Amino acid sequence: MDFAFFLIQLLNGLQYGLLLFLVASGLTLIFGIMGIINLAHGSFYMLGAYLAWSLAGLTGSLAGAIVAGILLTVVFGMALEWLLIRRLYERDHLFQVLLTYGLILVFEEMRSILWGDDVHGVPVPALFSASIPLTENLSYPVYRLFISGVCLLLALGLYLLIQKTRLGMMIRAGASNRDMVQSLGIDIKFIYTLVFAIGVALAAFAGMINAPLSSVFPNMGGQVLIVCFVVVVIGGIGSVKGAMAASLMIGLAETFGQVLVPEVAGMIVYLLMAAVLVWRPAGLFGKA
Amino acid sequence: MSNNEKGFDRREFLKGTAAVAGATAVGTLAPFGLAQAQSGKIKIGLMLPYTGTFAALGVAITNGFKLAVEERGGKLGGREIEYIVVDDESNPAKAPENANKLVQRDKVDVVIGTVHSGVAMGMAKVLKESGTLWINPNAGAGAVTGPLCAPNIFRTSFSNWQTTYALGKVLKAKGHKNAVFITWKYAAGEEMMQGFKEGFEKEGGKLIKELYTPFPQVEFQALLTEIASIKPDAVVAFFAGGGAAKFLKDYQAAGLKGKIPLYGSGFLTDGVLEAVGDAGEGVETTLHYADSLNTKKDNAFRLAYAKTYKLQPDVYAVQGYDAGQLLAAGLDAVKGNIGDKAAMIKAMEGAKIDSPRGTWTLSKAHNPVQDMYLRKVVGKQNLVQGVAWKALADPARGCKA
Repeated sequence: MDFAFFLIQLLNGLQYGLLLFLVASGLTLIFGIMGIINLAHGSFYMLGAYLAWSLAGLTGSLAGAIVAGILLTVVFGMALEWLLIRRLYERDHLFQVLLTYGLILVFEEMRSILWGDDVHGVPVPALFSASIPLTENLSYPVYRLFISGVCLLLALGLYLLIQKTRLGMMIRAGASNRDMVQSLGIDIKFIYTLVFAIGVALAAFAGMINAPLSSVFPNMGGQVLIVCFVVVVIGGIGSVKGAMAASLMIGLAETFGQVLVPEVAGMIVYLLMAAVLVWRPAGLFGKA
Repeated sequence: MSNNEKGFDRREFLKGTAAVAGATAVGTLAPFGLAQAQSGKIKIGLMLPYTGTFAALGVAITNGFKLAVEERGGKLGGREIEYIVVDDESNPAKAPENANKLVQRDKVDVVIGTVHSGVAMGMAKVLKESGTLWINPNAGAGAVTGPLCAPNIFRTSFSNWQTTYALGKVLKAKGHKNAVFITWKYAAGEEMMQGFKEGFEKEGGKLIKELYTPFPQVEFQALLTEIASIKPDAVVAFFAGGGAAKFLKDYQAAGLKGKIPLYGSGFLTDGVLEAVGDAGEGVETTLHYADSLNTKKDNAFRLAYAKTYKLQPDVYAVQGYDAGQLLAAGLDAVKGNIGDKAAMIKAMEGAKIDSPRGTWTLSKAHNPVQDMYLRKVVGKQNLVQGVAWKALADPARGCKA
């Protein structure tokens, strides 16, 4: 590998890492801050992708589809929290796993009934459809760079929301002591509903914005679910900063792993996770 | 638990004894017994995926099979058919249990299944032991008609090896001297890589690199960069479904399309062309079926299928249809007396199947010996360019039957 290709692979790794952060960001919120093990996170991702496909078909523009899709999924997330998730806060993690696993099956079946089992494609918006030539036979799609930019903005926004705003303060307080926050007169129930809805919308947003790159197909959520959990665990539960660092680490490790040691490429992510957990049991930025 | 099992065993035992006693009792009235056997329904177990990623494939195979039966008046060998349907969910862990259910509980005469190779491997162990007639209408794992081959095991689809072997000759004819193969790291991908490698090296070509990504991951950017840096004469790929759609789009977006020609196993461009826009245009693949064969048989089949199911048939429907045809050939030969298994197997082995894909016969290991077509993506279709390999037979390595 000469130096130019090393740089390109570096770009690939960073870009893939940012993409992972985008998908994992919703899980960081729900799992990291609310403490809910949400196995259905991948299903929300899939839901977003299918919404992007069907709404873009209706409205004719991906941007329109994303705006409408976000509104729909926020409402959907709130309804879901109010109906089901809220019954889990007082319970053991096992109940959470049971319920959210059940949701995966329900969503897959719903998807099959509503949208069928075919593979679909969403066209890249014309504004970003160009490619930048890098070498004589390789170019880089502008849309990928655009997604990277969105990811960075989103990461910044999440960080500011949680660390610097009043709502963020209440969320953090609720995470560490729910009862105390409630007795101070803060409507913690509503805040949790909101956080869950944002988490769902983030997952769906990732599915939507990624749909032109990834295509839209059954069971697409299952693939992202596991790597999302790995990101949150490596980063340290509840840390947006950690999730970002972990995403980039995994993106780079997978990219260079596939090229340099293809025989073990499938394991690299998990080896990395094991190594980090031995070194820091609470994750990179987790509080032990 | 153990008590229950004992109870079950005893009941089974009693049932078995009763059956033996009954058989002895009617033994003296043999002609009557025989007539009885031939007028009953033939039980066919359909063990296919009806949920999950491969649900559409399971449905297409079922439709094709039933169409073949309907064309014969709903009867095979003069006997009516009873279907027992099991959704195998493409779950290898449940495969032995599901196959056992059909064989032990439902006592089916024939098993038709399945799509997923891992599930097929699980079925193979059970069905090889029970000796139940098994027609596999898709799963391409080499082992099914290789080390696991048996008199009662048939396949009407393809072996993974077959779908890429002919590409070697194709690439050579186009003047490509070296190539890179890219696929998922799992059994089917590796078997297709092997098939291509053999075919290409025999023609004097060189496979300079095998690129793998973990199954079923769809992030290809690192490997596409690797391809750009290697600059091979050609790229050969196997992915399917959502992965195939994503690969075709990424290949185009990375600027490789039009610079390094892309070839593949036919599954790369089957069922995804609607999803990929123009990213598939011009990609050439080999498979045992194509969209525009325009033969009398294929046109008739496509029309009948579209009329019956309000759907366009695909390669999976053809494979299901041929499973029905192969079974019919066997049952016709013994006039519906499925108990005469030896004669039936012999008839099936010698059958010439008049398939929508073209006529094919069975190899010694019971895998189709069939023409592999070279197809090219034009618009939303895999148009046939010619026959890449006439009557290609799987080498059936490890088959000792």
